[in-house]
Amino acid sequence: MDFLENAAKTLDFVGEDRRVTRGQKVLRKLLENKGAVFGLIMVLGVIFSAIFAPLISPHDPILQDVEKRLLPPLGQAGADPNYLLGTDQLGRDIVSRLIYGARISIVVSVSAVVFSAFLGTIIGLFSGFYGGKIDSVFMRLADVQLAFPFILLAIAIIAVLGPNLQNIIIVMGITGWVIYARVVRAEVLSLREKEYVMAVRALGGSNGRIIFNHLLPNVVPPIIVIITLEMARMIIMEAALSFLGLGIQPPTPTWGGMLADGRVYLVTSWWLATFPGVVIMLVVLGINLLGNWLRDILDPRLTQL
Amino acid sequence: MVYLVKSYILKRLFHSIFVLIGISVVVFIILHLTGDPAALLMPMDATPEQVAQFRKEMGFTDPLLVQYWRFFKGTLRLDFGLSFRHSQPALDLVLERMPATIQLTITAMIIAMIIAVPVGIISAIRRNSILDHIGMTGALLGQSTPVFWLGIMLILVFSVTFQWFPSSGRGTLQHLILPAVTLGMFSMARTARMMRSSMLEVLGQEYMKTARAKGLSPRMVILKHALKNALIPVVTIVGMELGTLLGGAVITETIFAWPGVGRLAVQAIYNRDYPVVQAAVFLLASIFVLVNLVVDILYTYLDPRVKLG
Repeated sequence: MDFLENAAKTLDFVGEDRRVTRGQKVLRKLLENKGAVFGLIMVLGVIFSAIFAPLISPHDPILQDVEKRLLPPLGQAGADPNYLLGTDQLGRDIVSRLIYGARISIVVSVSAVVFSAFLGTIIGLFSGFYGGKIDSVFMRLADVQLAFPFILLAIAIIAVLGPNLQNIIIVMGITGWVIYARVVRAEVLSLREKEYVMAVRALGGSNGRIIFNHLLPNVVPPIIVIITLEMARMIIMEAALSFLGLGIQPPTPTWGGMLADGRVYLVTSWWLATFPGVVIMLVVLGINLLGNWLRDILDPRLTQL
Repeated sequence: MVYLVKSYILKRLFHSIFVLIGISVVVFIILHLTGDPAALLMPMDATPEQVAQFRKEMGFTDPLLVQYWRFFKGTLRLDFGLSFRHSQPALDLVLERMPATIQLTITAMIIAMIIAVPVGIISAIRRNSILDHIGMTGALLGQSTPVFWLGIMLILVFSVTFQWFPSSGRGTLQHLILPAVTLGMFSMARTARMMRSSMLEVLGQEYMKTARAKGLSPRMVILKHALKNALIPVVTIVGMELGTLLGGAVITETIFAWPGVGRLAVQAIYNRDYPVVQAAVFLLASIFVLVNLVVDILYTYLDPRVKLG
């Protein structure tokens, strides 16, 4: 990490010498925080893997090869140097499956987070701005939802509707709206009494204009923080659903699905279940670190999240 | 004040009843999501006549509101119908499994608190020391580890490799350790971080300076003054943590073949045994609502500063 500190110092020097842009300031703050740098590397790494999976995968992730089944990872007796982390029970390359697994993980969790952020923000804006009946209805709905063990609800709904990409994203998205709605609502409740909102109203600005042009921009920083931290939860949830057999179906490689396969071969082939979990943990850890950092610079009040 | 507390409790009680009704609506809707519950419940090879017959028998041809009213009346009597698979009341099946889930959840909670509270306190008192860094890095890792993977890894290390603990089932204390640690890890990590920041906040308060200025020993200051106040916010999240634990129990029980409600519910979902699913979801959610009600009421006694609203 020495080079990072040097980089931070260099930027610092530049900062003293001439005017720094806002981007450079943020970058300098980021480099000061080793956890955030690690987080950023993890996040960029997994996005890179997801996009360029066909280019960087050493093997076809769904190509079966019976002669190569259950090869141990490098460093173990009987390992094949072509298969860095070994192969699974059908002779498929673990590394390639992990790289392709990033695709499902990213697509599902990003879509679910965007969906829940959209839903929650709209509900929070209207609940906070209009108050009254709309507000009570949505807040009671939030209470009802928080009372459920959401994973149980999600598996029940997906089991009924069928595990396809669209259903999984919608169900996961619906489990997440409450936190956005609550934070945005609380923010709007205090913002709507501010002088500038009164001024817009006095100038004849419509409610819609106030909500979307004047309130929304002010709630963006906490939303960004929640989105980041929710990404971590969604990645784990997608893996949990796949693990239970209710995620994207085989042969498409998913991290949770690999874990479920590995559990069957745990006694003889430890690597099957170990590596997908390590990848999930590192990615989630990276997102959490990045999220904590974003929270500290954007909205320190959100420490409860 | 007494009057205020009473009206607050009544208000909370009313609120909880509303939430329970909401839960019954959601539990009812699950079965009707596809629009045709009969097709969902009947075997794949049933003839159209059989499906139609079944639809009539179950009352699926009635308007949805009529069906819900029937379901709601059943729920009031805790009657969720017969399990399709076991031909006995769904409620009995769930209640039979309840002690196992409660045992697992409470043990997980105890393990989580016993470790998290001291770690949080030490991290706060020795801020930025090695102990703080180790504690908080561990907490961050604990929060980032998927429950199901942790369970598998614990089985790999402690059951397969060392053979210290059994990998599945329920019976002895040995059976309980691995599932409880697995289940408690996330709450442990979150509580440790919460305890640390709560303790740091209290340590910065004016009355802490006063306590020290009075000449109390540092140990007394921390045990008598800081800890009591720092624990208050942690006690409230115990109620919320229970929700996390009950949800986590679904997966933990599946991994360790722990004969609890979570595993029963997952099996029932796979078997399309919907009365059991509905009974399990309703009961788990109700427990969560009731525990939070109790925690909220206790809280008003614990912290006189709490705003009743």
